[in-house]
Amino acid sequence: MLTRFFLMGLDRKAGLVLTVLALLAVLVPVMTLVVPEGSPWHLSIFSVSLLGKYLCFALLALALDLVWGYVGILSLGHAAFFALGGYAMGMYLMRQIGPRGVYGNPILPDFMVFLNWKELPWYWLGFDHFAFAALMVLVVPGALAFAFGWFAFRSRVTGVYLSIITQALTFALLLAFFRNDMGFGGNNGLTDFKEILGYDIQAPGTRVGLFLATVAALALSYMIASGIIASKLGKVLVAIRDTESRVRFLGYDTESYKLFAWTLSACMAGVAGALYVPQVGIINPSEFAPASSIEAVIWVAVGGRGTLAGAILGAVLVNFGKSYFTGALPELWLFALGGLFVLVTLFLPKGLLGLWAQLTARLPSGKGKRVPNGKTADQKGM
Amino acid sequence: MRRAFRWLLAACVAIATTSAALAADLRPLVQTMGSGGYAGTEKALNQLSEAGDPAAVPVIEALQAGDLYVRKADGLVVIARKAGAGFALTDPLSGAVVGEAAAGAIDKIKINNALRRSISATLGALTLMSPDPATRRSAAEAVFKSRDANALDALNTAIAKEKDERIRRVMEQARAAVILTAGASEVDTQAAIATLTARGDRDALALLSMIAASGATDALKTAAAGAVAAVEQKLMFWGALQNLWYGLSLGSVLLLAAIGLAVTFGVMGVINMAHGEMVMIGAYTTFLVQQGLRTYAPGLTDLSILLALPAAFLVSGGVGVIIERSVIRWLYGRPLETLLATWGLSLALQQAVRSLFGPTNREVSAPSWMSGAFELGGLTITYGRLWIVVFAFAVFAALLVALKRTWFGLSIRAVTQNRPMANAMGIRTARVDALTFGLGSGIAGLAGVALSQIDNVSPNLGQSYIIDSFMVVVFGGVGNLWGTLVGALALGSLNKFLEPYAGAVLGKILVLIFIILFIQRRPRGLFALKGRAVEA
Repeated sequence: MLTRFFLMGLDRKAGLVLTVLALLAVLVPVMTLVVPEGSPWHLSIFSVSLLGKYLCFALLALALDLVWGYVGILSLGHAAFFALGGYAMGMYLMRQIGPRGVYGNPILPDFMVFLNWKELPWYWLGFDHFAFAALMVLVVPGALAFAFGWFAFRSRVTGVYLSIITQALTFALLLAFFRNDMGFGGNNGLTDFKEILGYDIQAPGTRVGLFLATVAALALSYMIASGIIASKLGKVLVAIRDTESRVRFLGYDTESYKLFAWTLSACMAGVAGALYVPQVGIINPSEFAPASSIEAVIWVAVGGRGTLAGAILGAVLVNFGKSYFTGALPELWLFALGGLFVLVTLFLPKGLLGLWAQLTARLPSGKGKRVPNGKTADQKGM
Repeated sequence: MRRAFRWLLAACVAIATTSAALAADLRPLVQTMGSGGYAGTEKALNQLSEAGDPAAVPVIEALQAGDLYVRKADGLVVIARKAGAGFALTDPLSGAVVGEAAAGAIDKIKINNALRRSISATLGALTLMSPDPATRRSAAEAVFKSRDANALDALNTAIAKEKDERIRRVMEQARAAVILTAGASEVDTQAAIATLTARGDRDALALLSMIAASGATDALKTAAAGAVAAVEQKLMFWGALQNLWYGLSLGSVLLLAAIGLAVTFGVMGVINMAHGEMVMIGAYTTFLVQQGLRTYAPGLTDLSILLALPAAFLVSGGVGVIIERSVIRWLYGRPLETLLATWGLSLALQQAVRSLFGPTNREVSAPSWMSGAFELGGLTITYGRLWIVVFAFAVFAALLVALKRTWFGLSIRAVTQNRPMANAMGIRTARVDALTFGLGSGIAGLAGVALSQIDNVSPNLGQSYIIDSFMVVVFGGVGNLWGTLVGALALGSLNKFLEPYAGAVLGKILVLIFIILFIQRRPRGLFALKGRAVEA
């Protein structure tokens, strides 16, 4: 039954995505660990972490696309779930430092010693176990999303209003995590990690392992998402996106459908954050900034809203561009990003994948296959 | 009147005689300061205090600073300050140069803590008679804080001489504080309690509660307890009023930032994430106007804010019209896409300003009529804040009139209510759209002029207001100007009333959570539009 669920979502595009991910999973470890350093085919550890970072962003974009592209909920606060997952992982990594911190306290992280705290706050208990932390990576963003969505969808807050209160949510969390007495390291966040599951976090092998975990998480999430979309549940979700009131009149409990997709998406974002933190080595409150949530939206828009592969493609391309521009032409990056927002919304409403589909449809040899989302929510004027 | 004149005459005579005649009388006293150890110095100090001559102030100040020395050769008391290898000596009373001495040739007059206390009391007493009103006032405040019984006689003399009503009141309060601390007859103490009740601030409260706890008689204790209650009530009243003023002040800033958005978002339904950048452009226009005036017409710098108002309105409004014509008009009916495109514009505008003006803060100085403060009862109100409150309400009123009473406002309302019908009636809807967006952006520019006075003029100026502005508009109800007014003032006051209990950051978080919950209850805001327009 479960296999059928996964297989249902596997069309040609899904096959392509999974093949690319599988290739990455084979090539990257070989190029980093086996190929000697002098060879032009060698991949540095830095590049591995950078690629891993892109794939974490891709997972965040995938989560966002699930709710924006298929349910029509534009979340301007998805970075909050990403950051919460990241903090849960960060707390585990902090506890793993043990007495190797600057102050050498075996229990308390450095910043708590610095604040003159005597014992661990209750919400830090349990985070010395990886399994508990991994559970929290899913539970904390999921619970917040469930509570938030339960209230918001039941009150029928939709469209722009929902977007604005998701922004208020992430802004409130940003302010809260900046406070030192919250017990999450305040301004500096959590950093100086030493090891994960007993492995040195700086070691090439661990880095490659984290990268593989990211690839696996992305592939699994992709299969879950495409499985859902191909299922009957997915059809209802798309129907809600296009005209929610009609679906409601047909007798569907639209709130529960939305709540399910929304909570699942938040959990995916949490996993993305949890994989992101050990690879970049730091998590701080700036991840909650409303700007980072909106940036994630543009990844999806560039790749093609309502196409899961597009979300992944957009996230990787935009972040690659960001790394390039901020290194080579830092002055121009914001112009480029700003221009991207404007150009994509004006000229590429279906993103790069939509453009590709249009081009192939015109060619005589092309099969003329339409993109799965021929209709988008904008036609309903939301 | 005649009495006042007599006092004046007496004071003039006193001052005239002090400077000439009494200076000679001080000299023997000053000479005794160096002999007899701590006790001798203390005695000389007390005598100086009794003489009540302000001319002794530099001597005592030098003693306090540890600059007063005795020359070993002839026992002369001098002020010695390090100069090169040795010390430069000056006469403590006249300030005339006496000569130089090696470090071994002079002895420092040492002081201990007991002496330090009488030094500050004596200084306080002597400065009470200073001809400078500011010095007298701060001296009286110093005595009020130290509550030194030694200063009582000096205070009495000073109160008798004092002509300035306000300084005399401070002196009387100081005397009351001394009386309450040192103890006095029942009648005097009762009078002191009354004086301090009239003062009614935290210092007075502390003194009064001390008497209420350990007064000499029961009658005094009850009187003091009553006074404590009265002062506490008064403090609470003024505290609440001060909070209300802060809330009004913050509310008017929010109103200014949000009111342009109320036009673009509320009336037109366009989510303009670049709204904050329109505010920022207005602030930079103010900066440019001020710089221009400073260079070409320095005399008019005080008017730069007034000249910046139309300039900022036109510049921001012009940018708004350009944005509407080039980007937004292609996205009508797709608010989420508009949101993304305008966010992109805001990033580009920020970077453009950063490239043009640099990333650092620009200085916009306040005109003279906007600086300073005045006191109203227990309230301190700065002119800058007062003007911003007035300005915010003026802009609101002007916008209301423009929308309700002009042809342009009529067209705006017609287009937003029923676009095809308005079009059929001959209204050029495209032009109205552009001008409406320009109006909203222009108002944001006006807000920028005001905010340049209280915030840093930097490329990030707008970003800090955009979320607050959206909260205000959504909270108040989209499409309703009065809702925006009420929303801004309510959120401003709520924020300021939470701040004393929760702190600034937590207060803001609580306000955000409040808004999120509020939207659940009333998804369309405080004053929701009813009817068909809602679904459109």
